[in-house]
Amino acid sequence: MLLWTTIRSALKSLWANKLRSILAMLGIIIGVGAVIAMIAMGAGAQQQVVSQIEAMGTNLLLVQPQYKRDAGVTSGTMQKLTLDDALAIAKLPGVAAVAPVVNKSTQVKYENKNNPESIQGTAPTYLEIRNFEIAKGRMFTEEEADGLSRVAVLGPVAVDNLFQGVEPLGKQIKIQGINFTVIGVTKAKGGEGWFNPDDQVFVPYTTAMKILFGLDSLREIDILAKEGVDLGQLSGQPPSIGGGGPRDRNAGPMVATEAPPPPDSVTALLRKRHRIQADQSDDFRIQNQNDIIEKRSAFIWTFRVLLFSIASISLLVGGIGIMNIMLVSVTERTREIGTRKAIGAKGRDILMQFLVESMVMSGLGGALGAAAGVGMAKLIPLVPIFSSFTTIVQPVIVTISIVFAACVGIFFGLYPAYRASKLDPIDALRYE
Amino acid sequence: MRNDNSALLRATDLVKTYVLGDNIVNALNGVSIAIHEGEMVAIRGPSGSGKSTLMNILGCLDRPTSGTYVLAGDDVSRMGDNALAEARNRKIGFVFQTFNLLPRMNALENAELPLLYGGASNAKKKSREALTRVGLGERVHHLPNQLSGGQRQRVAIARAIVTNPAIILADEPTGALDTRTGEEILDLFKKLNAEGSTIIIVTHDLKVAEHCQREIYLRDGKIVPSEMRRLAPTEPMAQATVEKGA
Repeated sequence: MLLWTTIRSALKSLWANKLRSILAMLGIIIGVGAVIAMIAMGAGAQQQVVSQIEAMGTNLLLVQPQYKRDAGVTSGTMQKLTLDDALAIAKLPGVAAVAPVVNKSTQVKYENKNNPESIQGTAPTYLEIRNFEIAKGRMFTEEEADGLSRVAVLGPVAVDNLFQGVEPLGKQIKIQGINFTVIGVTKAKGGEGWFNPDDQVFVPYTTAMKILFGLDSLREIDILAKEGVDLGQLSGQPPSIGGGGPRDRNAGPMVATEAPPPPDSVTALLRKRHRIQADQSDDFRIQNQNDIIEKRSAFIWTFRVLLFSIASISLLVGGIGIMNIMLVSVTERTREIGTRKAIGAKGRDILMQFLVESMVMSGLGGALGAAAGVGMAKLIPLVPIFSSFTTIVQPVIVTISIVFAACVGIFFGLYPAYRASKLDPIDALRYE
Repeated sequence: MRNDNSALLRATDLVKTYVLGDNIVNALNGVSIAIHEGEMVAIRGPSGSGKSTLMNILGCLDRPTSGTYVLAGDDVSRMGDNALAEARNRKIGFVFQTFNLLPRMNALENAELPLLYGGASNAKKKSREALTRVGLGERVHHLPNQLSGGQRQRVAIARAIVTNPAIILADEPTGALDTRTGEEILDLFKKLNAEGSTIIIVTHDLKVAEHCQREIYLRDGKIVPSEMRRLAPTEPMAQATVEKGA
């Protein structure tokens, strides 16, 4: 029997029982719809993470001071990270560039406009390390830094906040009452969650330390590794514990902490400079960008496993609904099956008929669900509380979902169709 | 009686045994019949006589426990399910008491169905021709519930003849119709018979059987001989034979 004829008669019989067919399809519709919407959200979240990491810069190590712990007791003083530490790190073989960082949030004023901004006191290398670019004007130079120049480079959001359309280059702004000349504006990088890298003011670290904040130590040293250098080797820190990522767990944390850090690593250098004994813990911590990426990848991986489980469960439930209705349909149409067999339908013709019917039902449910899912994915970012979400609908996911739904129909239609095909024509014709 | 070597349908010593719990029931107990091409035969008997069992075997829906059944040159008594389905499709046209049309298909599609299972070409054209032969050429696009009982049975007969089968097997074809419509359907069978179709009508109704050229009467799973036999064709039959011969 021709496939098209079979599909047409399947559609007819579904149409004849509209309400029942819709109810039977509902499980598949909801399942596929939810999966497509959630995968679209997942893909959007992943893209956000990727762009955040790109915005942060790549091959990055961040060194920050922390309280030293002796045998589990946190001691009262915090060892300071100094400019000399930064200069020493810059001489390590694997290091491409180093930027000392001091930062603080404070009021910034232009004429009568007042706005709190995050002040980053740093070196010109910061731009390269953190992946910033200059949109107009220029970055301050090493000489300006050495000369305690009062110059500032602004992020585009800070420019909008303070200048509101006025040309910022060459203007004077006041930071803690001290005049700075605006010499440059960075290109927009886009939001990084709660922290917006475009809402910052960059000034020379010397000026920030001596004139603005009166500090003699650094808050952070940013390190850019050379291309091809292993970040873990360079940092010399044991792999982070409890990252939860699909990483090699054979290297247990105890083994890793007991092994001395590699000689050319930042850890070895700083421990030597800070005169830390072998049995003492570090008085600084190093964030490895790979760790951050791995943690986020692990999160996304978990998210995907979750999505897959939800998809499986909803399609299973939907499939059972379809199987149920197909069994009812087979019973109801026993006489029809008998008649078809009497006029020459073979077992496999009947099997095909019911398989096609359940496949059409679930495939149609899949298509309706896909439409609902795509619609939801488009609507979610329009809802105010979800406005920070982006969703990406991938056509291949939509196609796979519909095909998979149809396969679920075939799988769950198999038993009812098999039962129909095995009916004895005499009994079936006599069935009331 | 005729020489049976030329029979279109020959059943020899058919036995059908059912096991119902501890009882063994012989629904057929050694039935031998021969039906020739162009005959119109009634199989009659009271309920429980085994006529349904015989019809199922003659219609290739069932296999005998023992005995042989040769239909149009093929021994179908030992065929497998698929071969039987093919035999039903090509050699037998069923007409049921309750029509058994598929409710969501129009007359044309209903009559066409056996051709689709048989993989025949020109199905639509043949279906239309069959409907024209049963006098429904004007109503091919009607659904069964838009047709009267008599018209439905005509669609069912069109479905039975569309494959040009060796025999038409009708099970109480007038049982669900009023007397007048029943007569019309029987007249249609006689017309088809006159055009060359071999027809077997299974019935309990003597009036129906009287329209046939002869009758096979069953009781308790056996043929009752010489109960009643009408070898002489009825009036319109004679006419039809003359037309055929001409």
